[in-house]
Amino acid sequence: MSTPYAKLPAWADYGLIPLLNLAVAFVVAGLVVLLVGENPFRAAVILVEGAFGRGQGIAYTLFYATTFIFSGLSVAVAIHCGLFNIGGEGQGYIAGLGIAIVCLAFDHVLPWYLLFPIAIVAAALFGALWALIPAWLQARRGSHIVITTIMFNFIAASLMVYMLVDVIKPVGAMAPQTRNFAAGGQLPKLNWLIELFGFSHIRSAPFNVSFLLALVMAWLVWLLIWRTRLGYEIRTYGFSPKAARYAGISETRIIVVTMMISGALAGMMALNPTMGDQHNVALDFVSGAGFVGIAVALMGRSHPVGIVLAAILFGLLYQGGAELSFEMPNISRDMIVIIQGLVILFAGALEHMFRPSIQTLFASINPKSVGMAEAGKEA
Amino acid sequence: MDLFNVVIQTLDSTIRLSVPLLLACLAGLYSERSGIFDIGLEGKMLAGAFASAAAASVLNSAWLGLSVGILVSVALALVHGFASITHRGNQIVSGVAINFVAAGSTVILGQAWFQQGGRTPALTPPERFDAITFPGADAVAGVPVVGPIYAQLISGHSLLVYVAFLAVPFTWWVLFRTRFGLRLRAVGENPAAVDTAGISVAWLRYRAVICTGILTGIAGAYLAMVQNAGFVKDMTAGKGYIALAALIFAKWKPVNAMFACLLFGFLDALSIRLQGTPLPIIGRVPAQFMQALPYVLTVILLAGFIGKAIPPKAGGVPYVKER
Repeated sequence: MSTPYAKLPAWADYGLIPLLNLAVAFVVAGLVVLLVGENPFRAAVILVEGAFGRGQGIAYTLFYATTFIFSGLSVAVAIHCGLFNIGGEGQGYIAGLGIAIVCLAFDHVLPWYLLFPIAIVAAALFGALWALIPAWLQARRGSHIVITTIMFNFIAASLMVYMLVDVIKPVGAMAPQTRNFAAGGQLPKLNWLIELFGFSHIRSAPFNVSFLLALVMAWLVWLLIWRTRLGYEIRTYGFSPKAARYAGISETRIIVVTMMISGALAGMMALNPTMGDQHNVALDFVSGAGFVGIAVALMGRSHPVGIVLAAILFGLLYQGGAELSFEMPNISRDMIVIIQGLVILFAGALEHMFRPSIQTLFASINPKSVGMAEAGKEA
Repeated sequence: MDLFNVVIQTLDSTIRLSVPLLLACLAGLYSERSGIFDIGLEGKMLAGAFASAAAASVLNSAWLGLSVGILVSVALALVHGFASITHRGNQIVSGVAINFVAAGSTVILGQAWFQQGGRTPALTPPERFDAITFPGADAVAGVPVVGPIYAQLISGHSLLVYVAFLAVPFTWWVLFRTRFGLRLRAVGENPAAVDTAGISVAWLRYRAVICTGILTGIAGAYLAMVQNAGFVKDMTAGKGYIALAALIFAKWKPVNAMFACLLFGFLDALSIRLQGTPLPIIGRVPAQFMQALPYVLTVILLAGFIGKAIPPKAGGVPYVKER
C-alpha cells in the first residue's frame, strides 16, 4: 500500500464518509441519552418534531441556523487557507460592540433598511479588526494562530464585560446590557415567509432578515473561494504554503486578508441575536455560537452548501433540544454541546477513521473505482 | 491588618490558585513535548473534576474519587491519542472536540445522576483532601516573619498542592534524566529519527498522552475536592487555556512552567484582592483588566517581544512512517 488515502469516487468522498461519520456521532450521542436513562429514539423523534413540526419550530430552527451559517463560513474561509480560526466567538462578541455603537447612535434617526447596512459594515469591521492582530502575528511573527485566537476570545470577553458594565450600560440600569434599540435597530421578521408554505400563524419567533444576509454571504464565499483570483490564492496557500510562496503569493497578505474575511463573517453573526432578536447587546450574547461554527464547517466540509445544510442541522438541534428539555427533564441544552463535540470529533479529527475500510470495500467491488487497477499493473 | 499579613495572604491564595494551572500545565508539557498539541486540557480537567467529585460523594472516599477522576481523564486523553496518533487526525480539532464533549456530558450526567442542576452533592471531610499541618507549624506561628511564612505558606495545604509542586522536579527529572524523557523529547522534535532507532513512535506518544491524562485528572480532582467541595458546572472556567498559555510562556520547560503558573496565579489572587480598591498612582484597575492580563502577556510573548517561544518541532504534525 503506497498511498494511504487512495482516491474514492466523489459521491463516497463527499457523501458517504461524512454521513457515516455523522451517523457514528449520533450513535454515541444516543448512548449518552441511554446512560441518562431516556430512550434515544423517542428523543430523536421529539427533537425533529420540535424543530420541524410547527411553523414556530421551523422559524426558530432557521433563526439559530442563521448565526451558525455565519460562524461556519467564518471557520471555513480560514480552513481553505490552512488556518484554524478558533476565535469566531471573540470576533463575534467584539462585533457586538460595533453594532451597539451604530445602533445606539442612529436607531432613533434612521429606518432599519438604512441602519442595517451600516450595522453590517460595523459588525464586519469590528470582527475583522479583532482577527487582524492574530493574523498579523501569525504571518509576521510566527505565533500559532490557534493559541492567539483563543487568547483573543478571553481578552474579548474581559473587554466586553468592562464595556457593558462600566461604559455602555445606561445609568441606573441593573442588567449589564445596552438600552433596548428603537425601531431603527430592530430587524423585520421573516416569519411570513414560512407562513407562505401553509403553516399556521407564527406568534413569536425571532427569524429575521439576517437569514437572507447569511445566504448571500454563503454565495459570496463560494464566489470568493472558487471564482476569484484571491480565492485561488487562498486555496493555494492552504494546500501548500511552499507552492504559494514559490508562485509569488505574499504570505502576509494572504493570511491577513483571509483572517480578516473570516473575522468579518464571524462579526456578522452578531447581527442576528442582537438586532434580530433581543434588540440590545447583552453580556454573553454569542453564547458559544462561534464554536458551533467549527462543527458546522467541518461537517459541511468547508463548502457553503454543506455549511448551510450543517447550520440548519445544528439549528434543528438547538430548537429541538429546547423542546426536548421540556419533555425529558434529564436532557438539557447541554446535550447539544455533547453532540457538537462528537460531530467535531468524528467529522473532524477522526474523519479518516472509516476511509481505509471503505476503500477496501470499494476495491473488492470494483478495483478501478479506487485507482487500484494501475497500481496492480505496476506491481 | 498590616501589610505583611496582606502579602502573606495574597501569596497563600497565589499558591492555591496556581495549583490547578500548574498540574494542567505540566500535563500539557508531556503531551506537547512528544509532539501532540493538546487544546483539550480544559475538557480533561473538567471531566476529571466531575468524575472525582461524583465518585468521591458516591463512594465516600477522597482517594477513590481521585482515582476515578484520573481514570476518566486518561480515557479522554486516550481518545485524543486515538484520533491524533492512530488516525493522524487534526490535533487541534480533536482537542476542541474533547472540550465540548466534557463540557456537555458533565452537566448532563450530573443532572441525571444527582438532580442538583449539574452540581454534585457537597463533599464532606472524608470525601475531600484535608489540609496537612506540618510539625511545629502551630508552635512557630507566633514567631514574627518566619512563623507566618512557615505556618501559612508552606504548611497547611492539601496533599494535592504538594503533589503539584513535587511534580515539577519530578517532571524535570523524567524529561531530562531518564531514557523515557530523552525519547519523549526526541519524538517531539524528530519522530523519524526515533523510528529509525527502532522505537515505536505511536507507543511513546501514547505514553506521553497518558501522563497528560493523569495530571489533568489530578488537576480536576484538586478543583472539585480541594478548592471547592463538589463539582459545579463549567468550574474550570478557562483554566485549561491559561495553563496552555503558561506552557507557552514557560517555553515548554518544567521549572519555568512553575514560575509561569505562579505568576498567573498571582495575577488571579491580586485581582481578587484588589477588587474595588484603588491603587496609588494608577487609580482603580478594572478587575477585567487583571483577568485578561495572562492572555495579553501570552500574546505579547508569542509575538516574540519577550524572548521567543519555540514549540517542539514536530508538534501538531501526525507521524507517517515512510513507505
